[in-house]
Amino acid sequence: MSILSLTAVVLGASLLAGFLGALTGLGGGVVIVPFLTLALGVDIRYAVGASLVSVIATSSGAASAYVKEGFSNIRVGMFLEIGTTLGAITGAVIAAFVSPPVIAVVFGIVLIANVFISFASSPDQASRLAGTSDRLAARLHMDGEYPSLRGIVQYHVRRVPAGLGLMSVAGILSGLLGIGSGALKVIAMDRVMRIPFKVSTATSNFMIGVTAASSAGIYLHRGYIDPGLTMPVMLGVLAGSLIGTQVLFRTPTRRLRWLFNAVVFALGVEMIFNGLTGRI
Amino acid sequence: MGSREESELEPRSGWTDDQVDRVIGNLLRFGLLISAAVVAVGAAIFLIRHGGETASYDIFLGAPRTYREIRGILAETARFHGRGFIMAGLILLVATPVVRVAFSVLAFLKRRDHTFVAITVFVLGVLLFSIFWLGLR
Repeated sequence: MSILSLTAVVLGASLLAGFLGALTGLGGGVVIVPFLTLALGVDIRYAVGASLVSVIATSSGAASAYVKEGFSNIRVGMFLEIGTTLGAITGAVIAAFVSPPVIAVVFGIVLIANVFISFASSPDQASRLAGTSDRLAARLHMDGEYPSLRGIVQYHVRRVPAGLGLMSVAGILSGLLGIGSGALKVIAMDRVMRIPFKVSTATSNFMIGVTAASSAGIYLHRGYIDPGLTMPVMLGVLAGSLIGTQVLFRTPTRRLRWLFNAVVFALGVEMIFNGLTGRI
Repeated sequence: MGSREESELEPRSGWTDDQVDRVIGNLLRFGLLISAAVVAVGAAIFLIRHGGETASYDIFLGAPRTYREIRGILAETARFHGRGFIMAGLILLVATPVVRVAFSVLAFLKRRDHTFVAITVFVLGVLLFSIFWLGLR
């Protein structure tokens, strides 16, 4: 394939991945890596490198919007960043010693896990707002508030050590697979630390860029980030996610979410299959 | 942001949360805009010059050596090479969250919040160590 046509195909696919990633909250990285490796036969290391860079772009784009609206909790984010950055470095270092088929299988497992997670229910508002913050959260003044339709909502932060542990895992997966690990970050804050969903998503968006930046240097040094391939992925995912964020509040996403989950599930199965049969 | 009460108690000791939020938001938007523009310029040069050549990414050789270090990327950019611009734009993109963390250090310093100064300095240190020590030696 010529460079021009490859760029056009990758740009189009990345646009779609970024768009769907923003609508469903999964991010563009989880779709673009399987697309590049399965459909175009790109080596997974190039795919992961391009995806990691696009993840930083989407995070900056989304975070700049959320920060303005006062949803994200910078204290919680900054503290948990200790776990994600150290984890991301670990993941990026491990990636050098892991063969591409193994990375493909782990990637597939993460995709399938994403599907199951997105169908699990979130804790209800009452149980969320009851109780008090844990000692560490109180010491670090992590409790916060956010604007809602019914006025300012105050919330407590709980189980900080468990959240930090889960964030380290999210960091490792991010560094290993070149993804934002947004789903896992939201789980750590929303389900474990009981931070309101909106605050969790916004804070996760802000954290993703910092996490990904901490493995980007290592990727660059190893040659995972190829300019010719990364360019259309970064521009496409960024544009797609910006459009996706614009239409997010107007579209009925229920059916779309089912469709997207089905696609992600199928991609996960194929990644595992190709990894096990040595085709990646 | 975490605790609004605190900044209201000592309005003169630092910036308000809204100010910090606004600066951070603008910083992210500005960094993203500049980097996307530089990448787009590089894309145009690269596609005009090399668009007809054959692309192959099925065998991993790694990006060319010059594009794995800042000095090489700057040299290629100075020669108006498309891929140099693309990589320079990507470096700016990676730098944006780092600058953001650095700015947070300043914001916590201004508020005399020593615990969070320590936390953000640590995160900044991890980032810089990874990028410059493990990455772009």
